[in-house]
Amino acid sequence: MLLIRCPYCGLRDESEFSYGGEADIARPLEPETLTDAEWADYVFLRTNTKGRFREQWVHAHGCGRWFTLVRDTVTHAHGETGVFGGVEPEADG
Amino acid sequence: MSGPQFRLPADTLPDGRIDREAPLGFSFNGESFTGYAGDTLASALLAYGAFPLARSFKYHRPRGIFGAGAEEPNALVQLETGGYSQPNLRATQIELYGGLSAASVNAWPSVDFDLMRVNDWLSPIFPSGFYYKTFMGAGVGAGRWWRLFEPFIRRAAGFGRAPTAPDPDRYERMNAHCDVLVVGAGPAGLSAALAAANRGGRVILVDDQTEPGGDLLAGDRRIDDAPAMDWVAAALERLGAAPDATVLARTAVAGLYDDNFATAVESVGDRFGPGAPDHLPRLRLWRIRARQIVLATGAHERPYAFANNDTPGTMLGNAIRHYAGRYAVVPGRQALLGTDNDSAYRTALLLARAGIPVTLADARETPPSALADAARQAGVDVEAGCAISAVLGDRRVRGAKIGRVLPDGEISGALRPVEADLVGVSGGWNPALHLASHRGARPVWNEAQTCFVPDDLTALGLRTAGAVTGAGSLADCLEQGYAAGRDAARAAGRTKRTRKPDLKTDDGAAGAPIRPLWAVTGRQPGSRRGKAFVDLQNDVTVKDVALAARENYRSVEHLKRYTTLGMGTDQGKTANVIGLALMGVETGRSPEAVGTTTFRPPYTPVPFGALAGRDRGALFDPVRETPMFDWHAANGAVFEDVGQWKRPYAYRRDGESLEAAIGREVRAVRNAAGVMDASTLGKIDLKGPDVVTLLNRVYTNDWETLKVGRARYGLMCHEDGMIFDDGVTARLADDHYVMTTTTGNAVTVLNWLEMWLQTEWPELRVFATSVTEAWATATVAGPEARRLVSGLDSDIDWSDDAFPHMAVRTGTVLGAPARVFRVSFSGEASWEINVPAHCGPALWQALIDGGATPYGTEAMHVLRAEKGFIIVGQETDGTVTPHDLGMGWAVSKRKDFIGKRSWSRPDTARPDRKHLVGLLPLDSGTVLPEGGQIVADPEQEPPVTMLGHVTSSYKSPSLDGSFALALLKNGRNRMGDTVHVLRLDEGADAARVVAPAFYDKDGGRMRG
Repeated sequence: MLLIRCPYCGLRDESEFSYGGEADIARPLEPETLTDAEWADYVFLRTNTKGRFREQWVHAHGCGRWFTLVRDTVTHAHGETGVFGGVEPEADG
Repeated sequence: MSGPQFRLPADTLPDGRIDREAPLGFSFNGESFTGYAGDTLASALLAYGAFPLARSFKYHRPRGIFGAGAEEPNALVQLETGGYSQPNLRATQIELYGGLSAASVNAWPSVDFDLMRVNDWLSPIFPSGFYYKTFMGAGVGAGRWWRLFEPFIRRAAGFGRAPTAPDPDRYERMNAHCDVLVVGAGPAGLSAALAAANRGGRVILVDDQTEPGGDLLAGDRRIDDAPAMDWVAAALERLGAAPDATVLARTAVAGLYDDNFATAVESVGDRFGPGAPDHLPRLRLWRIRARQIVLATGAHERPYAFANNDTPGTMLGNAIRHYAGRYAVVPGRQALLGTDNDSAYRTALLLARAGIPVTLADARETPPSALADAARQAGVDVEAGCAISAVLGDRRVRGAKIGRVLPDGEISGALRPVEADLVGVSGGWNPALHLASHRGARPVWNEAQTCFVPDDLTALGLRTAGAVTGAGSLADCLEQGYAAGRDAARAAGRTKRTRKPDLKTDDGAAGAPIRPLWAVTGRQPGSRRGKAFVDLQNDVTVKDVALAARENYRSVEHLKRYTTLGMGTDQGKTANVIGLALMGVETGRSPEAVGTTTFRPPYTPVPFGALAGRDRGALFDPVRETPMFDWHAANGAVFEDVGQWKRPYAYRRDGESLEAAIGREVRAVRNAAGVMDASTLGKIDLKGPDVVTLLNRVYTNDWETLKVGRARYGLMCHEDGMIFDDGVTARLADDHYVMTTTTGNAVTVLNWLEMWLQTEWPELRVFATSVTEAWATATVAGPEARRLVSGLDSDIDWSDDAFPHMAVRTGTVLGAPARVFRVSFSGEASWEINVPAHCGPALWQALIDGGATPYGTEAMHVLRAEKGFIIVGQETDGTVTPHDLGMGWAVSKRKDFIGKRSWSRPDTARPDRKHLVGLLPLDSGTVLPEGGQIVADPEQEPPVTMLGHVTSSYKSPSLDGSFALALLKNGRNRMGDTVHVLRLDEGADAARVVAPAFYDKDGGRMRG
């Protein structure tokens, strides 16, 4: 079970978090202009990265905030976190 | 059974760890025995001799105790009976308590007379792969043969029996955090724990034995010229005085996981048996998060194979030492020890001290002189260059044969009989690297020690110390333990300096290297029962490994699966390395090249009870009750579970059938007034200037036009265009909305909104707050409903002009602040009155007193289905779009929203997708089965063309007949057709396809 550093709360057990898949999948601003293939790529397809992978997590049983985390899919080593659309918080732990 | 004649008299050896003042009676296979406090079930039984107490898995050969701990492959027992019973426990790990009752497993009718022994005599027809070759092959009828024989084979195989009664015990869970977790409390682990504690670290030391000491418990080692157990006692005293050190005995680490998370099972009430004090849980599951871990898990001795090496009385050499030194038990009068390394000499010396004549066959041509001389001086007959070739006897060792052994394990020259009734075998040591393997450690072959050791895991915060690294001497174990404990504490941020202790050990003069011996072959005593076992638990022989090699199952993974080597509950602790080394011999590869399989958690089996903890029965899942629950319960409600909620399904009056109650409730709503508890609907408060933008993006319809005081129905889709929730959202003020969701999706929808607000649209100023539990909701519906709500003490104008359909009003009801939605799921004029949760019972009672008939979820289902209103999750299943349901009216063409683009994908745009339709059975008394498959021609030869399925089906009191909703391929273009719905057993019912609306199709009733 991973020990994940929530950027808002500090280190917490993985069981407090929910996984949100690959990060940086921006919703297209004008979906109607996309081809079916481009739209399908956004909706259905994700990279299956071996190694360092930027993904989204939410501290579901904690502060409820979403953030990004880089995790190595082979070793589970995980490192830098990032937040969405705001000022970096001051983590307490 | 005669007395405990193999318990050494009190003055023979120091008494070890048993308390002769505390005798304990127990029973095994119905016979009575006596042991002492400090015994295991195994040691107490061995005091009566090395008799058979198990039958082997495949051949049902008699088996006795082989080891002294977790490595035990044979002595699996069923402990106790009834709900308390546990199958397949190792007798070597059961701490003896007074009144204990245990029995053999895998023997029928008894361990002494086992009919299945026929398997052994028929063994030439049961080679490895027998079942596959005979039953699973491509041959004609192979599958049929398997079906015929499976019940017999299943009965013949297998170990203990699962308990048949509910588990009467409690289990608990403990979460703990520490700087350094030390696994194993032998000399290395104790040394590591002391070093870490001295540095000021928070330390947890766990060990699966009844008390710390590890190998030192054998009682024959010395530290600083005193018994080594004195040092253990001093170490425990110092740990006890340390500010934050916890020592957990009887606690087995089951698994190691990411970021140094460990699970361990502590035996608490378990060790007292069924009579344990009530306040104790049977087991306690520890969940330990450690900054650093030191693995001092020791090593398991391995045997080498020879003919009949499974005969009771044949044991691991070091196990004999432990039984003698720790429990004062030597289950024989004359011992033969076979070894290829130094460690058997300690066993030989201890047995000699106990007055047992010992022959020691050392496979090495030149045994280390210091050891050999000391042994000979003690009277041990040391036979150099010799190995055990065969054991004689069937149910008990009656003698053995040894001979000169060549480097490949072949015996040369004549065999020499040896008189012995106890045989010990020492083939080297396998480091217990299982836990390191859980964290991904790669086993590395150590040629000098001929064993696999874990590679370096320091980067993961994991260190190893002692025998698990291949270390052989006590001095090395102490030293490595100290270094690992010190470094682990330092890595955890504990920087207090400590001084390394200087300890004197009794390791003695340097010994000689191991001469690896895997199996002794060649001239075996001509018996057909001369099997040489590699894996005792799964009955895998040396011949089976050779067969696997001949048939090209050479990869270690194939070897394992073809022969079942190492697949038992012991995970091959004594078997794996011999098996893969023999495979290496057969195929000309080193053990390193053959490699090992991966060890996975748990290290030893974990009872389900320990994993479940308190999460069972009433505590398995939270139960949610609405504020009106007590009224429902007192008034005949039959409840159904909707998620965690208890909702009234229907209210039965005295003597009324469920069906009659549902019909009565439906008629009350259609003809008078009904009231339903709708408190469970999800309610999300939305505040902020950008709420309307959010609603426009997550709902399929338009929200710009919704005025304050009005409510609107909406559908939510995922980006794939498929519906996932629906509900009504009302506008209470310019920047204040309240959204309702389906009961089961309340949390999901809130999470969905939060995800979009946080990750994609952080610029939107919206707060979303769940207020589901804050409000109690009573839905009043029916032609008499207005009269009824108008009679409530309230400042709300209920007239149709002031409060039309799809409006929302706030005010007071019965003096409580209220939000009232005029929305209808029943098709009748209907008001959803929300009051603060604690006011719910009063509101409910007032409505009942006013004459409303309470109705449950099933009446609600019938009412809404008559109207063709969908239920998400019943009419939809994640593959259904609004257009499929004919709900294009709820879709805006003027804006973008989640899911819209997917509808122009070719498959979603097809005109002949499955559409929501109504079905009227031709026989109006037939209720079509929900889930029933729809076909055009029930007589069609398979494969039958499936056209869709029935989603909702009821008998309608309003329609005077049955009806159904269904998803039907190209359904909107099949109106008037007759289709057939397959029954769940056999046959089919014909039904006519109609529009999915059956009652008051223009909606006049709910507006009026």
